[in-house]
Amino acid sequence: MSTAAPRRTGTPRTGGTRRRLSRGLRRTGLYAAGTAVLVFAVFPVYWMVSTALKPVSEIFARQPRLLPGAPTLDHFDRVVNGQLIPGVNFWQFLANSLFVTLGSVAVAAVMSLLAAVAIARFRFRLRTGLILLLMLIQMVPMEAMIISIFINFRHLQDVSGVQLLGNLTGIVIVYTAVALPITIMMLRGFVAAVPRELEEAAAIDGAGNWTVFWQILMPLVAPGLVAASIFAFITAWNEFIVALTFLGRSTENYTLPLTLSYYFGRFGTEWGAIMAASTLLTIPVMIFFLFVQRRMVAGLTMGAVKG
Amino acid sequence: MAQTAEAVRAEDRPRPEPGPDRSPPRRRKPTPYLLIAPTLLLLAVVLLWPVGQMVWNSLHAYSTRHLLPAGPAPGWNGFAHYTHLLSDPFFWHVLRNTVAVCALMVGITMVLGTLVGLLLHKLPKWFSTIVAVGMMLAWATPAISASLIFRWLFLPERGLANVLLDGMPDWLVGSGWLDYSWFLEPLSLFTVLILVIVWQSFPFVAVSVLAGLKSVPGELYEAARVDGAGAWRSFWSITFPMLRPLFSLLLVLQIIWDLRVFTQLYILANGFQNTSVYLLSYYIYQQGFSASPPNYGMGSAIAVVMTAMILAVSAYYLRIMIRQGETR
Repeated sequence: MSTAAPRRTGTPRTGGTRRRLSRGLRRTGLYAAGTAVLVFAVFPVYWMVSTALKPVSEIFARQPRLLPGAPTLDHFDRVVNGQLIPGVNFWQFLANSLFVTLGSVAVAAVMSLLAAVAIARFRFRLRTGLILLLMLIQMVPMEAMIISIFINFRHLQDVSGVQLLGNLTGIVIVYTAVALPITIMMLRGFVAAVPRELEEAAAIDGAGNWTVFWQILMPLVAPGLVAASIFAFITAWNEFIVALTFLGRSTENYTLPLTLSYYFGRFGTEWGAIMAASTLLTIPVMIFFLFVQRRMVAGLTMGAVKG
Repeated sequence: MAQTAEAVRAEDRPRPEPGPDRSPPRRRKPTPYLLIAPTLLLLAVVLLWPVGQMVWNSLHAYSTRHLLPAGPAPGWNGFAHYTHLLSDPFFWHVLRNTVAVCALMVGITMVLGTLVGLLLHKLPKWFSTIVAVGMMLAWATPAISASLIFRWLFLPERGLANVLLDGMPDWLVGSGWLDYSWFLEPLSLFTVLILVIVWQSFPFVAVSVLAGLKSVPGELYEAARVDGAGAWRSFWSITFPMLRPLFSLLLVLQIIWDLRVFTQLYILANGFQNTSVYLLSYYIYQQGFSASPPNYGMGSAIAVVMTAMILAVSAYYLRIMIRQGETR
């Protein structure tokens, strides 16, 4: 502070022009920096879409062009109507991805709502333990557990004949479990924020537990439920390592991320198609992200930021 | 959140003498247990049990033949996997790379994210909204798509990066930029990997810091300016101390996320042949599913090491959470 002080006290004497000039410079600098950040963030996404729309000759031109000269939907057509993996078409992969994401989201939503009500509305012996468990379990990386989960599912298959590897059921189960901790923690705040007097008033008016739940709690918790569900959706939609491990060679069950990785491994030079498929994978996430971005900050940092 | 937790606690205190005509709906004891039972069961079976299993596996000689229904039971192996790892230069190489790459990812993400957060705070609302929406594109891009985009950007011969870098002196990379291959050597591959990760994670830090900055009273900066403090000074004297809990949390989360990077490396390295670019998560996966025969015991031992590292960092995270009252 001692070094900065004399310089600053001198400023007023130099008059308004210089100050205005330096403020103008400062503003320009800020805008320039903001533009640079914007370009850094957006450009790779732009390049993905732009490549997907270029004809092959332009993709591999010696001088790459920023804009597609002759935009074409050929790559999208090939991805959607052709076969990324021989014998299976795009709609099958889309259906697989939708099944695992929507399946896990639906189950996780119900289970996490129940658990969130328990945590927010009741005091019970396991409560603190459960909260700690939820926080800790989301820290243990899937990359570390994947071998054990795989072995467990194999054993289950041998012992009981229940098939959870090579199909989508096992994936739904794992995605649900992975989504639960964070969805519960997100919902908990919403449930706690519902005034208890409201429920009590309804109960006095003769509403049963079920009515209180649907008529009072649900409408107020719904936004949280939507946010938590979208969060779970994005996680499941993007998930890669579990799908890679569980699905192995049963290509007809592949989810979209796995399909993309497989296609890249086989046809690594088809950049038009790869970028078109990447674009299709990215679009749903971007749409959902618009809705939950703020919630996501609050959910992940849990109260450190009042987002 | 802290406030709501506070409110709940107040609600739960026993009420002084409920009137005879107005008895609050007393909830029966088993209800909360019924509500959490499905969650507890699923988490215990799918996620908690494998953690124990992982430790057990790491102490046994365990491969595919032990998986066969008629196969032998995995044999007790003591700490052989761990002692092997400790004396294996390759494991240390991987561990060193993991720590170094993670440190760079976290460091760059935190600094860049914080700077961008400060920048957004200074920019007029309309412009900062545009930048924030743009950043969301990077944040929302799935890991697979992001990795493929960067693989394409840094492709030898036709990748945009090499075309742009072609103007740089050739001696920097030996034989010219245009056909420079980024994905063979650890140093260049990790450079691209760090770039992907930073690109995807700086928006989260920036948006969090921006949200935090809005909670710092503007008068503090006003006062600091009157006292003659510059931007640097007021960051370290006001912003940083005020947002310290947030920064610790972001730091811990970034470390936890970046220690486990897998998908991006899977695409950039395109297979398990190039052992020089392995990171811990990659090594685990290779041992479990790509080595022939798979070595589940060794893979689990590495997994235990990685989990221990992450839990050590998480302990700090839990402490922050407990202090914030999240567990109440």
